[in-house]
Amino acid sequence: MKNCEYQQIDPRALSTPTPTPPPPPCAKRKTQRPRRKWEVFPGRNRFYCDGRIIVARQSGVLPLTLGLILVTSGLFFIFDCPFLVVHLTSCIPVIGGVLFVFVVVSLLQTSFTDPGILPRATPDEAADIEKQIDNSGSSTYRPPPRTKEIVINEQVVKLKYCFTCKIFRPPRTSHCSLCDNCVERFDHHCPWVGNCVGKRNYRFFYTFIVSLSFLTAFIFGCVITHLTLRAQDEKGLVYALQESPARYPFHLAACVPSLTWHMNVCSVKHNPQTELVVCFFSIWSILGLSGFHTYLVASNLTTNEDIKGSWSGKRGAEDSVNPYSYNNIFTNCCVVLCGPMPPSLIDRRGFVPEDGDPQATPQELDLPPFVAKNDTNMEENCQDFALSCTA
Amino acid sequence: MVGLCGTTWSTQIVSGLLDVLYSELATAFNMAETHSLQDIRQQAAIAAKVFIQRDYTNGTVCQFQTKFPSELETRIDKQQFEETVRTLNNLYAEAEKLGGQSYLEGCLACLTAYTIFLCMETHYEKVLKKIAKYIQEQNDKIYAPRGLLLTDPIERGLRVVEITIFEDRSTGSGR
Repeated sequence: MKNCEYQQIDPRALSTPTPTPPPPPCAKRKTQRPRRKWEVFPGRNRFYCDGRIIVARQSGVLPLTLGLILVTSGLFFIFDCPFLVVHLTSCIPVIGGVLFVFVVVSLLQTSFTDPGILPRATPDEAADIEKQIDNSGSSTYRPPPRTKEIVINEQVVKLKYCFTCKIFRPPRTSHCSLCDNCVERFDHHCPWVGNCVGKRNYRFFYTFIVSLSFLTAFIFGCVITHLTLRAQDEKGLVYALQESPARYPFHLAACVPSLTWHMNVCSVKHNPQTELVVCFFSIWSILGLSGFHTYLVASNLTTNEDIKGSWSGKRGAEDSVNPYSYNNIFTNCCVVLCGPMPPSLIDRRGFVPEDGDPQATPQELDLPPFVAKNDTNMEENCQDFALSCTA
Repeated sequence: MVGLCGTTWSTQIVSGLLDVLYSELATAFNMAETHSLQDIRQQAAIAAKVFIQRDYTNGTVCQFQTKFPSELETRIDKQQFEETVRTLNNLYAEAEKLGGQSYLEGCLACLTAYTIFLCMETHYEKVLKKIAKYIQEQNDKIYAPRGLLLTDPIERGLRVVEITIFEDRSTGSGR
């Protein structure tokens, strides 16, 4: 009889609308739909494909970069390749194709990969660090600037405290103000790529600029060859340029993803000599960037460190040596470009743990078993219990 | 409920007793897929959390400090703790090791424009799985019986090893 009373009361108390509801509606009433971590990510990033793709908030110039590359390569394949295949060799489109694939793939990987973002400290961790800082501060009477000094390879390195992420930044980590994240081995924030360049995507970025310099130099060379051959075939260079003036300026100018140069060229459409000179300098800027990054890779430096002059001995009399360098160009290159690929630390696609109140769970323990009289109800209630309890 | 009201009175009593027994068992063993460690997490009160910070003296490689925290003095043997941290350090060093295998993987990736990262599991990820298994094993064998819980550092962004200290229960088993 008592059991009958329980049976009559409990369903009304739980207000189950249908006798056999599927688990999700029950789960929604007690807990929210399980959310993925990217949905609650505190930094200024955007996520696509349910957290598989990550970009910075302002990714405005990336479509331009991609567009310029696609347009230039498109024009090259449509106009120059047929002529050069006939007059020179059929390897030209093959080489161009391989370079083009490398450029586009490495660009997309640089843009869409997590650069090495450090997740922010949990409240417990932050409290623990605060406690340690307070302890040390009171004993040594040091003012608030929060730094910690450590020794790496006999070099004193200062670790700074990040007030946003509430952690002491590991060595070589920097906080990107555009993305509002601490990034490991922070190089720079690249607007052309629409993402930070850090530990995890530096190799993609390097591949991108090197293959882009090869591609632009290759296309530039092919266009010059094309013009020369046409000039030889026909009445001269001027005639060759006049024959298709509209195409060449745009083609040559779009060789490099450089908006300012492009704007300049558009305004001097009728002056081929200026265009070639402009394009020549544009290509040099990409080649220059590749050269600079090759130097950085060979000496195991980041752009950030190079700009700040962290290891060039500018501070004080002592000679600061880069403590991360292996003092061997080949080893440095291998380490930076072919080293092990570290995992993403932010776990974008993991589920947010539901912080259930521990006091609530004992009450819920009592209700479901009494209500469930047949097997299906028992299972559903156990599933509800599991959903509310699982971390 | 409707079905049960329709059955005989004796069956109702038996079912009722079974329900009580079932609820007790469910409380004890938890019919859901939750682990016994999560039992501790929900039912035991957290006394404190200790954080083992990173050790950067060898550069940016992932190593943790082996200094024994004072809060754990009453709970666990110093040797045991240092052994755990040292094994973890060795595992992370293995993951980040610069050797023939990692260079081969890197060169192959470079030649395929890094597209193999989309289909292949990297060496680092394989070692991370090993680390997760090791931590699970340590928790089951050593830390859970002492009312402690190790959290995998990857869940904290490889910044700290979080050790949760649960309240010492009068039963002594920490469960």
